[in-house]
Amino acid sequence: MFKYFELNKIFLITSKAPRYVLFLFIIVLSIGLLEALIFSPEDYKQGDAVRIMYVHVPSAWISLGIFSLITLLSIIGYIFKIKNFFLISKSLAPSGFIFNIIALVTGSIWGRPTWGTWWAWDARITAMLILALFYLLYLLAWRVFEDKDKVFKATLIITILGIINVPIIKYSVDWWNTLHQPASINIFTKSSIDISMLFPLMIMTAAFALFSLLIFLMKYNTELIKIKNKGLDRL
Amino acid sequence: MINDILIMNGYGLYVWSAFAFTLVSFASLYFITKTQYIKERNKFIVKFGTLNSERVSLAKSQGMNKEILSNTSSI
Repeated sequence: MFKYFELNKIFLITSKAPRYVLFLFIIVLSIGLLEALIFSPEDYKQGDAVRIMYVHVPSAWISLGIFSLITLLSIIGYIFKIKNFFLISKSLAPSGFIFNIIALVTGSIWGRPTWGTWWAWDARITAMLILALFYLLYLLAWRVFEDKDKVFKATLIITILGIINVPIIKYSVDWWNTLHQPASINIFTKSSIDISMLFPLMIMTAAFALFSLLIFLMKYNTELIKIKNKGLDRL
Repeated sequence: MINDILIMNGYGLYVWSAFAFTLVSFASLYFITKTQYIKERNKFIVKFGTLNSERVSLAKSQGMNKEILSNTSSI
């Protein structure tokens, strides 16, 4: 099974993929922007301010998804000693962090017209801020530690501690009284959001997922070339 | 119609600034990542150029090295 993790074979695919992903991303993003800014209806309560949802919600979803994936890969990588999983995690982190920042900033912009404030120490907002700090710690750990074993251990600890925060973000709206409304989209039950708003939301989520894939591939290729650079030194 | 899209019943400033922040963040991350990629690839090409013929043939036996050198158009 592990022969599929050979860097030479992986690079043959990942080096060619970014140009196609970039092309697809531009197309999907263009459709998403048209839907989100022009064709989707305004909300009966929030008016046009609801359009901020189309960048805020996908960003929050993807930042949570990436952190969960990083944690899973770090745990599996540590248990089965698959260094490549740590490399994949490292390459995923920058886009996860940026999406977390976008979720915080766009949430703050959305909060002003809807709640009348730029910031509140609401459970979900605070938990998202804490997640951003864990992302920052994770990225810093890769810069601070030179020794591979130390960095693997440090990033594993950071992700395990950080993952505790993920269910808190998800269920904070149910556990506490927060400014955020309860979830409008449910996988197992009927969603309360109308299809005219759900469609652009899904398109924008697909576009953002493609962007994180693009950044991941570019970053991963950079990391592989770094390894090869060290290899040339040893020749 | 364009005015309606820009003003958005008074919410235009909020909506457009949220979308602008998102797109600027995307562009910044893309160009930072691309710059890092090009820097590492150029470093590789320079190092490869300094190898003697014996080491070049040894390095070329690895598929990934050939791929890095051939993939100059990149992203």
